[in-house]
Amino acid sequence: MDFSLSKKEILFLQMIRAFAEKEVKPLAAEVDEEERFPVETVEKMAKLGIMGIPFPVEYGGAGGNNVLYSMAVEELSRVCATTGVIVSAHTSLCASPIYEFGNEEQRKKYLPKLCSGEWIGAFGLTEPNAGTDASAQQTMAVLEDDHYVLNGSKIFITNAAYAHVYIVMAMTDKSQGTRGISAFIVERDFPGFSIGKKEKKMGIRGSATCELIFENCIVPKENLLGKVGEGFKIAMKTLDGGRMGIASQALGIAQGAMDETVKYVKERKQFGKAIGQFQNTQFQLADLQAKIQASRLLVRMAAWKKDMKQPYSVDSAQAKLFAAETAMEVTTKAVQFHGGYGYTREYPVERMMRDAKITEIYEGTSEVQRMVIAAALLK
Amino acid sequence: MDKSQYKDVYVFIEQREGVIQKVAIELLGKARELADSLNEKVVAMLLGYEISDKAQELIAYGADVVLCADERELVQYTTEPYAQAITQIVHERKPSVVLIGATTIGRDLGPRLSARLETGLTADCTGLAISDDRELLMTRPAFGGNLMATIICKEHRPQMSTVRPGVMRAKPKDENRQGTVENVHIAFDKSKFKVKVLETIKEQKNRIDITEAKVLVSGGRGVGNAEGFEMLGKLAETLNAEVSSSRAMVDAGVMPHDRQVGQTGKTVRPDLYFAMGISGAIQHLAGMEESEFIIAINKDKYAPIFNTADLGIVGDVKKIVPLLTEKLAAMRK
Amino acid sequence: MKIIVCIKQVPDTTEIKLDPVTGTMIRDGVPSIMNPDDKGGLEMALALKDKYGAHVTVITMGPPQADDILREAFAMGADRAIHLSDRKFAGADTLATSNAIAGALRVLDYDLIITGRQAIDGDTAQVGPQIAEHLDLPQVTYVEDLQFDGEKTFTIRKSTEEGYQMLQVEGPCIVTVLATANKARYMSVRGIVEAYDREVEVWNYNNISVDEAKLGLNGSPTRVWKSFTKGAKAAGKVFEMEPEEAANLIIEKLKEKFII
Repeated sequence: MDFSLSKKEILFLQMIRAFAEKEVKPLAAEVDEEERFPVETVEKMAKLGIMGIPFPVEYGGAGGNNVLYSMAVEELSRVCATTGVIVSAHTSLCASPIYEFGNEEQRKKYLPKLCSGEWIGAFGLTEPNAGTDASAQQTMAVLEDDHYVLNGSKIFITNAAYAHVYIVMAMTDKSQGTRGISAFIVERDFPGFSIGKKEKKMGIRGSATCELIFENCIVPKENLLGKVGEGFKIAMKTLDGGRMGIASQALGIAQGAMDETVKYVKERKQFGKAIGQFQNTQFQLADLQAKIQASRLLVRMAAWKKDMKQPYSVDSAQAKLFAAETAMEVTTKAVQFHGGYGYTREYPVERMMRDAKITEIYEGTSEVQRMVIAAALLK
Repeated sequence: MDKSQYKDVYVFIEQREGVIQKVAIELLGKARELADSLNEKVVAMLLGYEISDKAQELIAYGADVVLCADERELVQYTTEPYAQAITQIVHERKPSVVLIGATTIGRDLGPRLSARLETGLTADCTGLAISDDRELLMTRPAFGGNLMATIICKEHRPQMSTVRPGVMRAKPKDENRQGTVENVHIAFDKSKFKVKVLETIKEQKNRIDITEAKVLVSGGRGVGNAEGFEMLGKLAETLNAEVSSSRAMVDAGVMPHDRQVGQTGKTVRPDLYFAMGISGAIQHLAGMEESEFIIAINKDKYAPIFNTADLGIVGDVKKIVPLLTEKLAAMRK
Repeated sequence: MKIIVCIKQVPDTTEIKLDPVTGTMIRDGVPSIMNPDDKGGLEMALALKDKYGAHVTVITMGPPQADDILREAFAMGADRAIHLSDRKFAGADTLATSNAIAGALRVLDYDLIITGRQAIDGDTAQVGPQIAEHLDLPQVTYVEDLQFDGEKTFTIRKSTEEGYQMLQVEGPCIVTVLATANKARYMSVRGIVEAYDREVEVWNYNNISVDEAKLGLNGSPTRVWKSFTKGAKAAGKVFEMEPEEAANLIIEKLKEKFII
C-alpha cells in the first residue's frame, strides 16, 4: 500500500493550485454575488485540458485519470465551488457516459469537442416528480422512423444554459418501469429543445442551473446512448462517477473553509491573544481536520478504484456521504469561528457554508447514499 | 598571478547623455575610503563622447586620476564598445579594484567584463572594506535579503564589484582637490558591435501592480479623500513607490479596487509598507503584515496598526507626509 | 528557429522565514521553484514557438532534484531538456557556472539563447552576460519584449531606469528576460501526464568541452568569506513627536533600509 503522491501528481497539484489561486479565486465572490457563469474561467480551463482530464488522448483527452480529475475538482472547489461543479458535471455526467457507454462514432463525434472544452456537457435525469425515485420519469421518447421524439422536462440541470451536449434520460417503454428508460445524447440545437427558467439558488450560484424542455424534440436514432432500456443502468453508473466528483467538490469546500479559518484564528485577537491559542479552538479544528483528511482518503480511494476498473459504487457513496456532511460541518463551524465577520460577505466562509449544503443533496441525497451503502452491507 | 602588479581603486563613471550619474559620485566617495586604507589612488574611468569637461568634477569628489576616453563610439551605452574600452584600460593599467554602479547599465557591463577579464564580480554590494591582508571584502544580501554574505576574490585581479545607487555616501565636493586628467584612446574592434539602439524612451513608468511593488504608500480613513491620496502619490513618486489603499477608501470610491490591500483586496509583502492613517483592522492586517518593514502614522495612539508596525508615529499624516516628501525631493536633487 | 532557454531551480525566497529568536533562516519546508525570470524567458520562447514553430530546448545546471523544473518545462511545452549535473560543477560562483553552461551550449545549435535576468536566490544577474561573453555573442539584458522578423532580426524592448530602449540585433544572440515581460502559461494537463515519461538528457563533465580548472569551486574566483543574518526583527517602537522630527526619523529608517 502506498499513500504517497507520485511526481506526476505533485506536478499536477502545483499547476491546479496555482491556477485556482490566481485565476479562479479572484472571481469567486463575484460569480456568487452576480449568479454569473464564469465563461472566461471555463475557456482558460479548456486551454489547459482541465475539461478532459481522465480521457485518452485519442479522444482529445489529457490522458490522465480519475485521481487527477478528483484532485482538480477538489482544488477548484477549495476556492470556488461553482467552478468545481461545472467541471464535475461536465466530466462525470456527460463526457464519462459517452466514453463508457457510447459507440465509437459517438465517442469520436462528441469527446474531442467536450475534452477540448469547445462544448460544455450536462446531464438530465431529475424531473419535478422524479427526484430520488428516478423510476417515476415522465419524459417520453417515441421512435418515429430514423429518430426519437422527446416530450417532457428536466429540472435542476447544472451547466444547462451554457452546455452544448446533454445526456438525457427518457421513457421508451413506460410499462417496463426503470427498464423502460433509455439514454439519449441531445444537442443544444436539436429542434424542439429549449432551456427553461433559471433557478435562484442558495449556493453554487454561478453554475447556471436551469430546466430543460422537450417539445416534440427530434433526436436522431444514432444518438441513443447504449441500448434501448439501458438508460437507468447508465444513469446509475454515471452517478457513481458523479458522486466521486461531488465528494471531491465537498472535500474542496471543506478544505477551503479550513484554510480560511486557520488564517483567521491566527490573526484574530480577543482577550489579548489570538483565538487560535485557545484550546477550545484547537480541539475543534483538530476534529474537523481529521474528518477532512478522512474524506480525502475516501475520495481518493473511490477515484483510484474507478481507475483500476474495480467496482466503486459503494466507495463513491461513502465518499460523498462523508465528504458532504464534513463540508457542511466544517463550513458551519468556520462561520462560527469567524463570528460576526463570518456572517458577512466580507469573508468567504459565508459563501462556502451556502455552497456546502448542495453537496448533501444533489447526485443523490445523503439518504440515498445511506441506502446504497446499507444495501451492500445487508445483501 | 602576481597580485603586486595590480594597484589602485578604479571607478566606472556612468554618464547618461553627458550627465554624470549620482551612483558614480557615491562610488568615488567609497573608493576614496578604500584607496586611503590601501594607500593607493582613486582612478575615475570617464567614458563617453564630448565629456572631457566633466573630469574636474570627479577630482572634486575624490578622484586622483581621471582617465578620459572621449570617443564617438561611446556616445551612448551599449555593451560591446564599453566592454572593449574598459578591458583595454584594465589590461594596460592593472587596477586592483574596479567599482561599477549596479544600474541597468552597470549590471549589463559588469558581468560581461568579468568574463572577459576572467575575474570575479560581486553584485549589488551593500558594504565594501579592506581586510588586514589588503583584500577587498564585499558584502551583499542573498536569499531575498534573508542572508548577508561577505565575498572575497583572492586569486584574481581586478576585484570587481557593483553597488546599488544610494547605498554608499558621496564625499562632499571639494573644488580645491588636485588631480590629473589623462586622455585614453581606445582601439575598437567595430566588427563586434552588433546591437543597434533604435531609440531611447523616457517615460513615466506605468503603475505596477501593488503586489509587485517594493515600496507601498498606503492610505486609509485618516487620509480622507482624493486630495489626501494625491499627497501620498507625491511621496510615492519620490520613493519610486506605488500607492495602495485600505478597504474604507475603496468603498468610498476614492481608490480603485485593484489598489486595495487586505482580506478582500490583495496580499502584499513589499520591502517597505507605509500605513498612513490606517487604523489596522484585522482585514487590513491580513493583507500586509508580511511586509519586510512597516511604518505607520496615525493620530490615534491606540490604533491596532501600531502593534504590527516596526516604526510607529503618533501624528497627523497631513502634516508629516508633505514635509517628508519635501525632504526626500531635496535629497534627490 | 532553435531556441535554448537556461533555467534554474531556486528556493522560493518569498517563503523563507527568519527564526524570530535567533534570526537564522528557516530553510526547511521552503518549496523549490523555477526561477521567476527564467519562467518569463521560457514563456517568451514558447510564444515564439507558437508563432514561428521554434524548437525549444531547456537546460539547467544543478543537483538531481533540479529535474523537477525540467519536467515542468516539458509540461509547459518545451521540446528537449538537458540537465547538467556533475560533482565537478559543484560550488561554482557565477563565472564558473557560466563556464559550464557555455560549455554545454557550445555543443548545441541555436539562433537565440534566453536566460532570466537574475535568480531570486542570488539576485546577481551575472550568468547571462557571462555566457554571452564566453560564446562571443551579442547580449541584451532586462528584456521586456522581443519581436522576431521571421528571418534573423530581433527587435527588443529593454527596460531601463527612466523608461525603455528599443534595440535591434541579429541572431544568434543572448537575451536576459524579466519575469514581468509576460504572464507565463500554466502547465497543460496532458503535458503533466506525459512529462515524466519523456527523456531528460543528463550531461556531465564529459559531455561538455571546458577545462576542469574553470569549473566548480576551483574555477570560481570569488569565495564566500563569511555569511550572517541581519538578526531578529526588533519589536516596533512608537513615537509621539513633532512632524519635523517624525520626517527626519523616517528618512533615517529609509537610509538604514537602503530604500533611499
